[in-house]
Amino acid sequence: MRLRITFAKTGPLRYIGHLDLHKIWERTLRRAGLPLAYSQGFHPQPKIQIAAALPLGFVGREEIVDVWLETDDSPPPALDSIQAAAPPGLTLLSVTPVAERAPALQTQVVAAEYRVVLLEAGAGSGLERKAADLLAKESLPRQRRGKSYDLRPLIQALEWQGDSLRMILSAAEGATGRPEEVLDELGIPVENTRIERVRLILKPAIE
Amino acid sequence: MLSPAEIEARLERVLLTVQKPGRYVGGELHSVVKDWDSVAVRMAFVFPDIYDIGVSNLGLQILYDLVNARPDALAERAYLPWLDMEAKMRANGIPLYSLESKRALADFDLIGFSLPYETLYTNVLNALDLAGLPLRSAERDDSHPLVIAGGHACFNPEPMADFIDAFVIGEGEEVIHEILDAVQRVKSQSSKVGDVRPSTFNREKLLRELARLPGVYVPRFYDVAYFDDGTIRAVTPTLPDAPSVILKRMVARLPPPPTRFLVPNIDIVHNRLAIEIMRGCTRGCRFCHAGMITRPVRERSVDEIVAAAEAAVRATGLEELALLSLSSSDYTPILDLVTAIGEQFAGRHLTVSLPSLRIDTVSVDLMERLKDRRAGGFTLAPEAASERMRRIINKFIPDEQILAAAREIFARGWTTLKLYFMIGHPSETLEDVQAIADLCKRVLAEGRRALGGRAKLHAGVSTFIPKPHTPFQWAAMDTEAQIRLKQDLLKRQLRDRSIKLSWTEPEETLLEAWLSRGDRRLGAVILAAWRNGAKFDAWGDQLRFDAWTSAFAACGLDPAFYTHRPRRPDERFPWDHISSGVRKKYLLEDYRRSLAGEIRADCRENCYACGILPAFADERRAHPGLYWKCPEVKSPKKPALSDSAVGDSSFAT
Repeated sequence: MRLRITFAKTGPLRYIGHLDLHKIWERTLRRAGLPLAYSQGFHPQPKIQIAAALPLGFVGREEIVDVWLETDDSPPPALDSIQAAAPPGLTLLSVTPVAERAPALQTQVVAAEYRVVLLEAGAGSGLERKAADLLAKESLPRQRRGKSYDLRPLIQALEWQGDSLRMILSAAEGATGRPEEVLDELGIPVENTRIERVRLILKPAIE
Repeated sequence: MLSPAEIEARLERVLLTVQKPGRYVGGELHSVVKDWDSVAVRMAFVFPDIYDIGVSNLGLQILYDLVNARPDALAERAYLPWLDMEAKMRANGIPLYSLESKRALADFDLIGFSLPYETLYTNVLNALDLAGLPLRSAERDDSHPLVIAGGHACFNPEPMADFIDAFVIGEGEEVIHEILDAVQRVKSQSSKVGDVRPSTFNREKLLRELARLPGVYVPRFYDVAYFDDGTIRAVTPTLPDAPSVILKRMVARLPPPPTRFLVPNIDIVHNRLAIEIMRGCTRGCRFCHAGMITRPVRERSVDEIVAAAEAAVRATGLEELALLSLSSSDYTPILDLVTAIGEQFAGRHLTVSLPSLRIDTVSVDLMERLKDRRAGGFTLAPEAASERMRRIINKFIPDEQILAAAREIFARGWTTLKLYFMIGHPSETLEDVQAIADLCKRVLAEGRRALGGRAKLHAGVSTFIPKPHTPFQWAAMDTEAQIRLKQDLLKRQLRDRSIKLSWTEPEETLLEAWLSRGDRRLGAVILAAWRNGAKFDAWGDQLRFDAWTSAFAACGLDPAFYTHRPRRPDERFPWDHISSGVRKKYLLEDYRRSLAGEIRADCRENCYACGILPAFADERRAHPGLYWKCPEVKSPKKPALSDSAVGDSSFAT
């Protein structure tokens, strides 16, 4: 059985990286008494796919993971039983079975929505203008690890909401926008912010 | 001190600028966060190295559970920040804080350091400094937490006597409660309405109470007198009820093993469950500190171990289980245990490790039963390679037995064999060192016969330190030049692409030796070395040897005095007022037997009267049977009104 779990990653888990989160899911499911399915081969690994790595320090409001269990036709496990086995900072939002042969979760992510809270008082003044100016530009040429790219087409939405900055950035393979880069364009030091990934946007499912 | 909210706010600004911020945030499954104001006593445990090393410390896990099981107390944890985080903490005024509630350590009633080995000492000073506390015990007053320490290194507490208010000697499971009770009692007597800091207590009164607890050593109540040559003349208690010899604590029956292990959210060293199957060792290897100070042997039952393992696996979801003891093969029902664990966890993707196996083919059978699939390595510890040396250290395994075990290991598909040796044993010559190289080559030849070029040998060679409380405590250790000569020989001899040789740098060994054999005068050296920048001395690449040599020079002490000097049989050692229960007379006799090349068999077969039984006769009487591996005590209990009974009644008043 393949399960799709949506969850929030908050609190102390903000500071836990992608590989460690993998291990946390593995142990959580094991504590919940679920029979994890393992890969074949010399080093069998539990089959767990996390949709998209969440950068260190980001809060995840609605992240997604797919896990495979060795059972098939039984009813899916209850959300509460998994939640009871989860560490502080991992909050389950939904548990749904998905088609065993559905495409890999990582390939389905197209965009992500972020919310950026500014920690310095008054830092939001004039941001509405700045955001509009940025969106008005044709292109935003930048460098990432020595490679040039254009940030502008990766920004699908950007607006100041009075208390925070909302943005939707492309998150497809080879075309991923990062909130820090947008903040840099806006002249906001990243250490003065708290960034939340509000949700991941998947390709529409083809039935 | 900053409030938890202020500390958290400052942390948020720095955490993303350091490596592995997950070390500094807590939030692990099974960490315990209690309401600060609902308990009378608050304790912080500190492992004085980074999180990655400290979390898996079994001793602290045991004590953390015990304290938090009390409704009237809480225990939280702190570890040393790595260099990058330390710099950020100092720059941003963040004091050392507890992971659970982000409280400054200075807000706790007591701070307990775990000191399993000596090269953590400068980190203790660094922790106190980061906590904003005066380093020296004498400089702390009623407004400061009590600072205690325990662990194997504390069997020679003298080098750290300036900094630690009270040491726990031996096993902590019972005495921790007595200490918390004493803190609570003195605190309730001392606190007055309107105290600025509610945890203020009368320090002098508390230390006097602690000094009367069996197994607790309060160094300020002991005067040390020296002879002109620098050796100890006398250590004298200055309080009428402080004992002249502090006998270690020993729990007659091991309490149930912990099962709700902390589950770290990041990858750490030894990310595993650990269940002690047995405490103590009857082998009597003469170099072994642990083997001498953890007597008597007490074995848990197979049922208790399997039930605890099951509960721990369910509670944590961890994927590795270590069955710990000093000598697994000596655990009486080892075959039953391995069979039961194998059956219990078959097909459950649990890796089980069983360290410290005897070198024989039975061990290979045991390991095979535990493995779902063949792992890469198998580890054995011959410690010495010539027959003469093996007699001297009392670990006598004939070459043929080692080769037979190696043959079996390679034949059953393990590709890497790791062998542990020690150089520098008393009276060792270059021939004895050459024997190590020769044995390694013969073992590898067995591997090649079975596996061809796939066979690998890893030789780990450490350097002997004559540790306190062992039969070798009278021996001089090798000088730096001697150590280098021996290591060079091995490096020359073991040049082979299938052999990996690793060794301990002489500087690391010398530092550990000075710190483990030091007297109270070493306090000034440790302080000076820390001021010179020494910290993380246990991390080879962080060790600043020059910081230590210049500290010794500044204090007018010669480090060679502590390590390279053979001792007179009647020399009084700095740790002689601390008793492991094993008599000094017994150790000396065993040392003499060693020099005569006489081995002593396992003391399960024949009691050699090491002193443990008379020291703990009452405990043995109260716990008859096979649980202890010492003979039973037949003599009647001493008449009432013994010393301890008098002590107990006066204690209650």
